[in-house]
Amino acid sequence: MPKYSSINPARARIRVVVDELKDLYVPIRAGEYTQAECIGRHIYIINGKEYSECSFCGASCPSRDLFKEPDSGLPLKCDLCEDEPPLPEPMCVQVCAHGALTYVEREEEGEEQEKPEEMEIGLESLVNKHGLEKVKHALARMSKG
Amino acid sequence: MRYAETGYNLQIDLSRGSIEREETDPRLMELYLGGQGTATKILWDMVPPEVEPFSPDNVLIFSTGLLHATPVPGANRTAVSTFSPQTNLQVHSGMGGFFGPELKHAGYDKIVIRGKAPDLVYLWIHNDKVEIHDATHLRGKGCLETEALVREELKENNAQVASIGLAGENRVYMANIGHGSSSASRMVGSIMGDKRVKAIAVRGTKDIYIARPAELFELCLRLFKEIEANPLLGDWMAYDDNDSFHHDNFAWGNARVRRKGYWTPEVEERFTTLKQTYMDRQTGCYNCPKYCKHSMSYPGRQRFFYKCYAKDTYHMAAFQDLEFSYDILPVAQEYGLDSYSTPQAIAFAIELYEAGILTDNDLPAFPSDVKERFILANGVYWAARQIGKGAEEYDHNTTKKLEQLPIKLGKLNPPYFLMIGTSEKGAITQTEGSFPQDPIPDREEREEFVRNWVAVPNDKLKQWFLEWEKRDQIPNEASCAVTEWNEIMHYLDDSLGICGFLSAFRGQFGGRAGGKLTGAGPAYHIHNMPQLISLATGMELDEAGLWQIGQRIRNLVRAVNVRRGMRRKDEVPPADHWAVRDHEFEQKLLDDYYQYRGWNNDGVPTRETLDRLGLDYVSEDFEQRGILTTNSETVRAQETSSGTEKSKAKGGVKKRKRLKK
Repeated sequence: MPKYSSINPARARIRVVVDELKDLYVPIRAGEYTQAECIGRHIYIINGKEYSECSFCGASCPSRDLFKEPDSGLPLKCDLCEDEPPLPEPMCVQVCAHGALTYVEREEEGEEQEKPEEMEIGLESLVNKHGLEKVKHALARMSKG
Repeated sequence: MRYAETGYNLQIDLSRGSIEREETDPRLMELYLGGQGTATKILWDMVPPEVEPFSPDNVLIFSTGLLHATPVPGANRTAVSTFSPQTNLQVHSGMGGFFGPELKHAGYDKIVIRGKAPDLVYLWIHNDKVEIHDATHLRGKGCLETEALVREELKENNAQVASIGLAGENRVYMANIGHGSSSASRMVGSIMGDKRVKAIAVRGTKDIYIARPAELFELCLRLFKEIEANPLLGDWMAYDDNDSFHHDNFAWGNARVRRKGYWTPEVEERFTTLKQTYMDRQTGCYNCPKYCKHSMSYPGRQRFFYKCYAKDTYHMAAFQDLEFSYDILPVAQEYGLDSYSTPQAIAFAIELYEAGILTDNDLPAFPSDVKERFILANGVYWAARQIGKGAEEYDHNTTKKLEQLPIKLGKLNPPYFLMIGTSEKGAITQTEGSFPQDPIPDREEREEFVRNWVAVPNDKLKQWFLEWEKRDQIPNEASCAVTEWNEIMHYLDDSLGICGFLSAFRGQFGGRAGGKLTGAGPAYHIHNMPQLISLATGMELDEAGLWQIGQRIRNLVRAVNVRRGMRRKDEVPPADHWAVRDHEFEQKLLDDYYQYRGWNNDGVPTRETLDRLGLDYVSEDFEQRGILTTNSETVRAQETSSGTEKSKAKGGVKKRKRLKK
């Protein structure tokens, strides 16, 4: 079974936003964590029904409880049921009987990016924290001594 | 470590405004599972028989099923338990949807409410935070309207809400409790209204612990797919537009007239078009792949929901057609009226009006300042007695003071005589379901059915079914065994919180799909339930053990009702339910059934039966009260209503003027 399995819908990485009375049913998947909520909200009208922009957004966002661990508040993110050995399809796609979800693997063309090494990543975060000048001076001092 | 259960009940006393989180005894789960089972134990302990249903000492319990919030598909029915003002007995009531699992995740197995609030309130249960809120601003609001308002003011769109409408607030006996597209009917709205609880909102985000979660999950994943693929499960009416079954066989009006041949291809086309025109979608309940409920938008009305036979009850009682139901159901839903008893009560009143027993003076347009309680609100039985002037004759479809399914047939079906008379679930649909309703005429088909019959608990029942050729010719012992099996499966469902559409109500068709025979049957039955319970709770359990738990729960419910005065004299199906009656045969059958179940001739469980099931606290209580005597096990039958029964049966069904369209 995929890691992070638990018996608790509040921890699910895929939810259906439901309003029975307004006949709204929107499935969304947990996406990126965002530090700040959107300033405004669009309203979408589809087939005569009003949907808030939030209904389609999978972000773990300060404006709502969705896609956060209920006890710690840490963000949840869908990892497509990463497992060892890998699952043929994410579990939600396997289970949905009405074909509302599909899983497609596709090849994307992209530039070959050189993956930064661990050391480079560490240096980059030092620079982000302290500023390039300070890090340079520290290196200079170190290479003298 | 408590598995499957949370181990806590919420005890709320509305008179004192106190809220307690009470830890429960794990032993109770082993004896009564959960849901309706453990709720019955609480009713036995907390409510002495002298307590009137509208007393603050009556208790209203919302129970999660033992398997709620586990991966078991269709485990989503919340049991509502209390004593009814109409029958003065324990109610049988439940609602599907999402309330039970949400309550479990909030950390509670039950909400036990006693006392009465000084004015209208609603409860807000959010994990560890439980509050009583003022609801006077919600007075008079509809069920769905209340839900939306409560969610908005709590800023919690994910809260599950159960609420009453105006009917519940006014303590109408036929009031129900609405919960989204689901509802709990049969008199419970009146108690919730009596306690002045307008709504209960729940939000739960805690984890549930399972004894063997990976194994249970794998098993349930398989079950989920099997249930999805099995056309015999869920509500046929959701996808089969041919409803000749109800329209041709059930009684129209005040349970009067059978209209065989009503259902024609033209009618089917009209009804199908109506449904397709006004239906938004079909939707389902928590963790179930079936979609039994219809979301409807009828012009001029708020969106509403129905499932199953609720589609028919209003228009059949009114001699109208489907459009009438679509117009009145949204109104009834917002008032919070059940669709089983309400149409019958109204049809009853119309008959009385046509007979001149009720006049225009009795039925004015209802002014808003009417202070006296309108009689019909008390259900057909009580209304008839209050109105008098011969109205009792028109109360021809109640058993134990409760409206029954409107169906009047020809020859007696012996197991049905037992089920309708002795059931404490108040409705045949909650009692029948595992054994087929009728014999299969063709011998080969019958044998094929039995070959594929998975759910049947033993070979004896198989044998009886093989030998069953004519509906009214079946050995008494078989009728007893059939009734017992049918009943027990429902009590198990209602304690585990499983939907009967996947279980105790569906077995009767198991083995046949349309004209073809399949091996399909109910998803849950006595052979596979023990394993699910073991994996969820860690409790060792086999079939015999589970059967005994079912017997214990059932006998405890019996005991609760017997203690409130129920006896053999009450166990009487409507006199005109079958045109052909045989009083001697029926009473002998009832004698045999009581003996079979281990009850004395007055329908009271014997000391031996009770002690064998570990219900010695009941037998002791009965002896103290003189309900059971220490001297003999059998108490001679009281007047077995023999005189009145015979004359009623001879009277038969009188023809009444039909309502003109």
